[in-house]
Amino acid sequence: MEFNAPAGENLFDKAKIVGKSTPRIDGPLKTTGKAPYAYERHDVVAGQVYGYIVGAAIAKGRIVSMDTAAARKAPGVVGVISTLDHAKPLPPGMQNNAPLFGGAQVAHYHQAIACVIAETFEQARSAAALILTRYDRAPGAFDLARAAPDAPLAKGDGGKPDRATLGDFDKAFAAAPVKIDARYHTPDESHAMMEPFATIAAWEGEKLTVWTSNQMIAWAKKSLGTILGIAAENVRVDSPYVGGGFGGKLFIRADAVVAALAAKAVGRPVKIAMQRPLMINNATHRHATIQRVRIGAEQDGRITAIAHENWSGNLGGEDGENGTLQTPKLYAGANRLTANYIATLDLPEGNAMRAPGEASGHLALEVAMDELAEALGMDPIELRIRNEPETVPATPEMRFSSRNLVRCLREGADKFGWSRRSAEPGKMREGNWLIGMGVAAGYRGGPTATSGARVRLTGDGGMVVETDMTDIGTGTYTIIAQTAAETMGLPLEKVRVTLGDSAFPASAGSGGQWGAASSTAGVYAACLNLRRAIGQKLGFNGEDATFENGRIRTGAKSFALADAGTLSAEGEMTFGKFKSDYEVGTYAGHFCEVAVNVYTGETRVRRMLAVCDAGRILNPLSARSQVIGAMVMSVGAALMEDLAVDKRFGFFVNHDLAGYEVPVHADIPHQDVIFLDTTDAIVSPLKAKGVGELGICGPGAAVANAVYNATGIRVREYPLTLDKYLDKLPRYS
Amino acid sequence: MKAFSYERATSPAQAASIVASKPGARFLAGGTNLLDLMKLEIETPSHLVDVQDLKLDRIEKTDQGGLRIGALVSNTALASDETVRRDYGVLTRAIVAGASGQLRNKATTAGNLLQRTRCPYFYDTNQPCNKRKPGSGCAAIDGFSRQLAVVGTSDKCIATYPGDMAVALRVLDATVETVLPDGKVRTIPLADFHRLPGTTPERDNALEQGELITAVTLPAPIGGTHIYYKVRDRASYAFALVSVAAVLRPDGTGRVAFGGVAAKPWRVEAAEAALPQGAKAVADRAFADAKPTPDNAFKIMLAERTLAAVIDQAKG
Repeated sequence: MEFNAPAGENLFDKAKIVGKSTPRIDGPLKTTGKAPYAYERHDVVAGQVYGYIVGAAIAKGRIVSMDTAAARKAPGVVGVISTLDHAKPLPPGMQNNAPLFGGAQVAHYHQAIACVIAETFEQARSAAALILTRYDRAPGAFDLARAAPDAPLAKGDGGKPDRATLGDFDKAFAAAPVKIDARYHTPDESHAMMEPFATIAAWEGEKLTVWTSNQMIAWAKKSLGTILGIAAENVRVDSPYVGGGFGGKLFIRADAVVAALAAKAVGRPVKIAMQRPLMINNATHRHATIQRVRIGAEQDGRITAIAHENWSGNLGGEDGENGTLQTPKLYAGANRLTANYIATLDLPEGNAMRAPGEASGHLALEVAMDELAEALGMDPIELRIRNEPETVPATPEMRFSSRNLVRCLREGADKFGWSRRSAEPGKMREGNWLIGMGVAAGYRGGPTATSGARVRLTGDGGMVVETDMTDIGTGTYTIIAQTAAETMGLPLEKVRVTLGDSAFPASAGSGGQWGAASSTAGVYAACLNLRRAIGQKLGFNGEDATFENGRIRTGAKSFALADAGTLSAEGEMTFGKFKSDYEVGTYAGHFCEVAVNVYTGETRVRRMLAVCDAGRILNPLSARSQVIGAMVMSVGAALMEDLAVDKRFGFFVNHDLAGYEVPVHADIPHQDVIFLDTTDAIVSPLKAKGVGELGICGPGAAVANAVYNATGIRVREYPLTLDKYLDKLPRYS
Repeated sequence: MKAFSYERATSPAQAASIVASKPGARFLAGGTNLLDLMKLEIETPSHLVDVQDLKLDRIEKTDQGGLRIGALVSNTALASDETVRRDYGVLTRAIVAGASGQLRNKATTAGNLLQRTRCPYFYDTNQPCNKRKPGSGCAAIDGFSRQLAVVGTSDKCIATYPGDMAVALRVLDATVETVLPDGKVRTIPLADFHRLPGTTPERDNALEQGELITAVTLPAPIGGTHIYYKVRDRASYAFALVSVAAVLRPDGTGRVAFGGVAAKPWRVEAAEAALPQGAKAVADRAFADAKPTPDNAFKIMLAERTLAAVIDQAKG
């Protein structure tokens, strides 16, 4: 069915299950170890052997020779595959800049060049170390700051140069009585998800099955077909549980491709998990950015000119990290410029990581707003409210579907005790700790995409939902069950949800914060078809009947749902053109209080609050979990996460979880999340938007602004580690 | 991991003689560092002599009024020992500042002293590293060196000793007791136990092949205020950027050693004498010969400021 007009009043407005805090239905399986992740699927196919990927030891160049003889003779080894087995690289799948396997060229450090297959993991790993590879090293570009000045504009919409203007920025900026002009740096970051890339691959004739960990099943199926040169129909992808992806698992990576090639080569199912160093240098990461923000304003705070320019780099000059994405949407201002430049680098491949673009962009824009507020002598919340736009600032003909940013900021300020903040930085102190508060606004789109499902009555009063939608730890199982239970009038426990199998109808998948809104709409569409089918079978009009408490009431008649026996229906929600008249976004006010040690510069986050405006919240319990998780990730981005680039050898040096530090429990204080009680009729029949990325858009800037408020020292290079401001801290007594 | 053979020793002297007689043999205790390094083939022992049955897991009073800590006493047991907590508080504080509860349950006193550097280039076998592969060069000196040593370095190596416990042992004037392959015992002051890299960074310490640590002894308690302050990029579970172990007396004198700055716990007695003049006076002397990289030069100021925080804390 097509969602082709704003949603009117519907069953979700009187919901009993949707919108209620509901513990994850998959929780017991996960807490008892009964939810098998890709590498643990010992029972799906017999005779599994272990693959161990060898990564290239250079960043760029050519493999001159590879001696695998010793590895082949090592105990337990059943085969070795080499990139040199292929005269040229395998074709790329979706969003693969560098080939995942094949050919003698090395495009980046730890690119897969071989795989040893053995009876045990230990045998495979041990034999992999026996492979001797000789390289011809080529020079490469590894330094974004050096490459940025000559970087061309990235490709924007329709392949056009990614630069947009409105009015005359230069003139307005020159004339503005108050202005700021600042540059910010954000580092390369790793997704650092707990579950590594992992795949078990098995062939049956021409048919390939991969049990893997992937966010986008339909894309995975298509890409594997492309890369391996087989028909997509011959590929089955199964990924019911995903131990974190954060965008890293949107696309097929080397684990799946190499496992498939290895399984073919040895004639047995092959399982591969990527070792942690390869997670960082073989797979993808969030690209570093350099951002310049210029804002000019009247004395009363009204913005007259705003420019946001962004530089990042990637292999082959492909997609970078576009930090400007939120800037056309957030604040008013008649004269505007955004531009996005992309340099060609030979570092490992950059790609999507949770809120690509905006997560980094807010770290610049929302600190720039703090700097402007100070230049104006104005409260930073008031400055933002002063610049709340009527319509989309950069495209004034577009309306907002629903936007309550001002409420987020005002209600957050009340709840957080913002009035206790000292406007003058460096003035609040408790013992040896300097105390500061910071605020940032947050914006992230609320997109939807076509999503399908199959729903089946099991004949015993229960039902099953089948869709290739994934649950990447987000709580998708539960919101899908809630949606189906609500629509079919069943208690939650009567709904079984099965996900992640490409044999099921294709869904929108998990990414870009579109999963929750899209997949529940798809399940709703399928349920409506099932209601019609039940009506046909039992002789009533399914559209008018009431489905409640496991029963169907229509006129004077009443049936038990079980009376319909076993029935199945598929459905798909597509989203109509009318939506393109609207900017559908999610908004937040983010607040943070930090303490900075006056001696050592250590920063401790003391309190955090997010007030979110994202339409109907399908499951406040799991939505809160999404937002606080994103806030943790934001603390990481603000204070510690940094893939260290070796600019000589071209790789990320700190390629394990000891060297790449993410926040631990001791870094994270109590976090509060408030969801505004709003609905957005432009999104879907459920009037709900995702929050998983909204939560990482802004909190990092709130941390940075709080550090400034505490210390009076503005650091514009993330992460804000103490070495960057230690020399500017007050002299100790 | 390379295949290896394995046996369990029955006495310290026997363990020492086996390891001395077999090239490539190593002792195995808690394994919290060695096994990781073996998986990465940074360490490739051909034979492991497991010492866990040697009953070196007791903490006993010495005739001199100090403590004798068996080599196999776990970090958890040592940190929670009543006498240690009362009389050697800096040691407890240092131990619990490191690793995690799980690791401390498994890690031993001797093993902790033998913990190898966490230099990222040491950990990546594709990269040159004089400590891992003598003569291959040092990728760290002109590379990513933010965590690495600022003092006592050489042009061959700037690795740090990463641990916390040894920094506290250093201010407590601990002594390492060993047994040699011939059954003789020797004692090594902790000050002389870890080596600076010089031209042979592959040798972390003064032990000979086969020499087995049996105990660490502490002199009688020295009183004072015991403080261990560890500064790192996150609040827990990270190696020190800089740490300070200090025992301070009310008159402002005392002892101080720095962690995270050198290949050994960095204590300079002549610098320590300047404690009454304050942190800067101590740091100026302790780091007079420092040769930091641009990445890690901040550690010297951080060491000074952390010591200042410690002095402030000692004043209560």
